[in-house]
Amino acid sequence: MAAFGTGASRPLQGRGGSGFRFTFYAVLAVVVMYFDQRGHYLERIRYVLQGAAYPIQLAVSSPPAAWRWLRESFESREALRAENERLRREQRDLQLRSMRYEDLARENGELRGLRDALPPVADRWLAAEIVTVQVNGLRQRLLLNRGASNGVFKGQAVLDDKGLIGQTTHVGPWSAEVILITDPEHAVPVRIERTGLRTIAVGAGDTTSLALPYLPGNADIKAGDLLVTSGLGGVFPEGYPVARVTDVRRDAVQPLAQIRAAPLAHIDTDSEVMLVWFRADHPAAPTTPVPSGTRPDAPVELKSGNAAMQPQAAPRKLPSAPEPQPGPGQPPAAAPAAAPAKAQP
Amino acid sequence: MNTDSRGRLLLSALVALILTVLPLPAWADPVRPQFLVLMVLFWSVNAPRTGGVALGFFCGLMLDVFQGPVLGEHALALSLAAYIFVREHQRIRSKPAFQQALIVFAALVVYEIVLFAIDGWTGHPITSPLRWIHTVTGALIWPPAAAMLAYGAGRRA
Repeated sequence: MAAFGTGASRPLQGRGGSGFRFTFYAVLAVVVMYFDQRGHYLERIRYVLQGAAYPIQLAVSSPPAAWRWLRESFESREALRAENERLRREQRDLQLRSMRYEDLARENGELRGLRDALPPVADRWLAAEIVTVQVNGLRQRLLLNRGASNGVFKGQAVLDDKGLIGQTTHVGPWSAEVILITDPEHAVPVRIERTGLRTIAVGAGDTTSLALPYLPGNADIKAGDLLVTSGLGGVFPEGYPVARVTDVRRDAVQPLAQIRAAPLAHIDTDSEVMLVWFRADHPAAPTTPVPSGTRPDAPVELKSGNAAMQPQAAPRKLPSAPEPQPGPGQPPAAAPAAAPAKAQP
Repeated sequence: MNTDSRGRLLLSALVALILTVLPLPAWADPVRPQFLVLMVLFWSVNAPRTGGVALGFFCGLMLDVFQGPVLGEHALALSLAAYIFVREHQRIRSKPAFQQALIVFAALVVYEIVLFAIDGWTGHPITSPLRWIHTVTGALIWPPAAAMLAYGAGRRA
């Protein structure tokens, strides 16, 4: 900027100057948005920025974490004993239950005509702590303290000990953002365990429920049914528990039933979750092979993901739309599943 | 313009950013004002050469990294709000606090409309009315926040 004598007589960048500046920055912002949304050319930049943001997020989350640590370390001996007792009991129960697992797995393999029993579909786990940071108020996201340096990739399944939590959306060097299954932008392909009927569970927008918007009014589903992942969609393998149906409403006027389900994972009370790598060659693996175990020393290999693997936006509900009634044996999820994949988080 | 006020600017930006990402209970979160936006608006009015569109752009980019679905979304909205405030800074500065709060409310609504539109166009819509609450709380907190910032900035205003 040219100096016009003293600073006071210099024209303030009021009228002309800031207008030009605004145009410049607005165009820049639109270009950045275009490239981030369409081309994923900014994956590297986002990766670096997320790495730079992590120390601030960690610092902000440290007082609550310190408070929790303090409270835990002053917990009474009685409470610890009780917890220990409970865990011991739980472990005994689990051991009893898994005692025959090896045998059953072999038997199952034989029944399926396979020579050897299959190894479990989950290849390896990594425990990750939830950094207690508000990632985004109205969207349901979490921040985990594991990132690409631990081999985490975009579109990885996140579970807790009870069920599905979500999948990773943005992976930084030391942190990863997770979209929860209850986020309205997230949809997970599920199967009703009792009947085998496949459909899609969409986040309902509050933290405690999922909606099943694509089942016809005469579908065989009732409250209490367990929903497990169907293995379609390319992110989650088959057979992991997702939610339990809580409410089925059938309205004679509307072609589709209104169904709500409660997720099984304790999303609001968890402080630790599991990142899971799956065997791509396992029959229960996601239909689109998920790259397993990216080399931790090569963040260049950061997976931008397949468009078909990304969470899909919930289609608008059309109450009066003439929906073709699928036959009873035909999975009614076929139409929405074939909808074009969009919504890149 | 001098390094001293630049240091204060960075300090206030850091504090505002921390207040923005500080974890709050779920009920309190939609009520939380957008502190970083208020900070940018304050500097745009009171020191338009230090603050302004560039400050808005980079603070917006930071918000995008922390909570935006698309990079550049908050950057565009915040540089627009900062532009309006830099352009009209003399008029806004001469108003009493109550009228300033009303103008801030209008700017926050413009900011949120831009975000709402981009959210929709890029396929990440949030249609919940909760997203508009922060415009009201932001306007309510403007008079004390501006007074505090002005005190911290050595009463430049």
